[in-house]
Amino acid sequence: MSTESIAWPRPTVAPSPLVERLHEWVTTVDHKRLGILYILYALLFLLLGGVEATILRIQLIRPLNNFVSPQVFNRMFTMHGTTMIFFVVMPVMFGFANYLIPLMIGARDMAFPRLNAFSFWMTAFGGLLLYFSFVGGDGLYGAGNAPDVGWFAYAPLTSKTFSRGHSTDFWILSLLVSGFGSIGTAINIIATVLCMRCRGMTLRKMPLLAWLNLTMAGLVVLAVSPLTAAQVMLLVDRYLGGHFFDTQAGGSAVMWMHFFWVFGHPEVYVLVIPAFAFASEIIPVFSRKAIFGYPVMVAATMCIGFIGMSVWAHHMFTVGMSSAANTFFVLSTMATAVPTGIKIFNWLATMWGGQIHFKTPMLFCTAFLFQFLIAGLTGIMLGNAPFNWQLGNSYFVIAHFHYVIVGGILFTLFGAFYYWFPKMSGKMYNETLGKLHFWLFFIGFHLTFDFMHVPGILGMPRRIYTYEPGRGWDIWNFIVTIGVFFQAAGILVFMANLLWSYLRGELAGSDPWDAWTLEWSTSSPPPAYNFADIPEVKSRRPLWDLKHPEDPDWQYE
Amino acid sequence: MSTPAITMPEADIRWTRPTRGPVGMYCLIAAEAAIFTIFVVAYIFYIGKSLTGPQPQDVLRVPIFFTICLLSSSLTINLAVKSLSSGKMRSFALWWFLTIVLGAVFLAGTAREWSHLIYDEGLTIQTNLFGTTYYSLVGLHAFHVTIGLLALATVSLFTLFGQVRPAHAERAEVLSMYWHFVDVVWVVVFIVVYIVGR
Repeated sequence: MSTESIAWPRPTVAPSPLVERLHEWVTTVDHKRLGILYILYALLFLLLGGVEATILRIQLIRPLNNFVSPQVFNRMFTMHGTTMIFFVVMPVMFGFANYLIPLMIGARDMAFPRLNAFSFWMTAFGGLLLYFSFVGGDGLYGAGNAPDVGWFAYAPLTSKTFSRGHSTDFWILSLLVSGFGSIGTAINIIATVLCMRCRGMTLRKMPLLAWLNLTMAGLVVLAVSPLTAAQVMLLVDRYLGGHFFDTQAGGSAVMWMHFFWVFGHPEVYVLVIPAFAFASEIIPVFSRKAIFGYPVMVAATMCIGFIGMSVWAHHMFTVGMSSAANTFFVLSTMATAVPTGIKIFNWLATMWGGQIHFKTPMLFCTAFLFQFLIAGLTGIMLGNAPFNWQLGNSYFVIAHFHYVIVGGILFTLFGAFYYWFPKMSGKMYNETLGKLHFWLFFIGFHLTFDFMHVPGILGMPRRIYTYEPGRGWDIWNFIVTIGVFFQAAGILVFMANLLWSYLRGELAGSDPWDAWTLEWSTSSPPPAYNFADIPEVKSRRPLWDLKHPEDPDWQYE
Repeated sequence: MSTPAITMPEADIRWTRPTRGPVGMYCLIAAEAAIFTIFVVAYIFYIGKSLTGPQPQDVLRVPIFFTICLLSSSLTINLAVKSLSSGKMRSFALWWFLTIVLGAVFLAGTAREWSHLIYDEGLTIQTNLFGTTYYSLVGLHAFHVTIGLLALATVSLFTLFGQVRPAHAERAEVLSMYWHFVDVVWVVVFIVVYIVGR
């Protein structure tokens, strides 16, 4: 494929002044720039959330530690959870979706470019609002200066009586505002995938990344909206004196739990399905084989989306529901294991018999496969109501969902960073630093989250700011905290690699991986209009067809 | 980017995709429906759970006239869009304006009902669970009617200055989808608040 024909001459005039360039970035409606803004914004918050996690773990490194006060500890775990879910993983997934979907489906931009910019800035201001609480949260009462109600903010902790000052209001408003942004982006993704595909790209020929992000966006539309509604109710309670979650007036605290988890569980799939999407693009390219079982992958994803909407109350087994409810939610939770298992087998079958190249993206995706499997297994354990009664709200739960979010989502996300960095920046990343990042992070991850299961089984509850010596928890907590430093070192290597490669890296060329989807057919970084001529595709791997005209895919699909 | 066309025998397949406007609006409607679902569920769950009065059966009167106004506005906006796409600008402007009037009458009805409840019956959002859920649900709907009216009024303004042409029929139709949704939500709210809840 001739990429030289589209190499546009580099501008020889002097670059425009900094203010002008900044102005261009702030006012941009280009999906690639907005995607990069989303990603950079998420990386900033990744650092913040990471610092908060480190503070938590330093406090717990030994019994009766006094690194931070209990009040600060509460604020740190609330901010850590809220930041990582809403202002790191969601924006970074939206960023990649924004950047990649139009390129992959052969479009020039998203369906609604201005809505896209609006959504990004809503999310960005939501994050600022959350962190402004450190300054503005005091209110008139001299109360706590950052939200300290936990990331799921159970009633009645959020009532005026127990959450004085404005810290909880900042939490509510920031999630409300960023929620509007998320819904806007989700609508945009759905409209883009359905309406902007290039000629020949039928739904059965769409890259899996587009399919999976379509599912993710559908979940955002249906799941983030209930959170928005619940936040409005909480605002009514706090500002207008309503009684939605006020048990003194007949309201129900359990109602909040239901409303939160109706959002909260599909949210897990909102985060993990784009991670599946990365794995589904990276694993075939580095195994040099087409994805195994494309239609089944799509069907399994849809299944996960549907079943994922009906499992929320498995977060509430310890609350005490009826046995009918318990049974239903145990069974529906077990059911999610089936499509997820199908996906794992499909990825394995893709690798099976392939020529596997263990470049950094593939290393991360391979680790993801095994770690996500373990995360799923502990998920099945916790999905059983009796087991959950024993270990609910313990460190076992924390270990389980960090295995999902770090071991599953973050690992593929790093893979995606390395895989698409050459496309986004035009430069190749440093492979040695990439491998160093992988091994540091891999060791740190396993030190932290493998050993975190043990104090959970030994009975250590979540969200305690310290513990007595001699309960058998000491050594495990020590190991867990040591792992954090490996992870932090890995993240620093990662950031250094991105920065160094951006400034000094070798030119990557348009298709460094010999890949098959349309984004690799345009230059790196792509021009503002993406494709001079809108491409036309005949199969799921259009670039394979171009490179191998003697044996094109469309003869077999 | 020159993508050398890969010639395939049946290159002449028909290539159609959905239009982005309606798709975007359907998604927005799905999101809004989810929001209303949560408020409706809360309303139904809290029926009869108020610890103090007033109770719905003591104070609520069924707003039949205003409901007829709102529901018939779905008909008028439909006629307006039809007139626009067939180029009858005067009848479009008229039907569109009538839609706004009907919506505004409905809002006035809600305002009158609220003023009656607050000043005569002493029911506010703070009084009891019924007050909290009632004002939130009906208020959320009234808020959506208000947004719709603002959008409709903007189109009317453009019509007044001659900026709306038959080519805009599709956009008007997307807006009318939102308006139909607001009407459908009212049917649900009406059933839940004035029939089931009373």
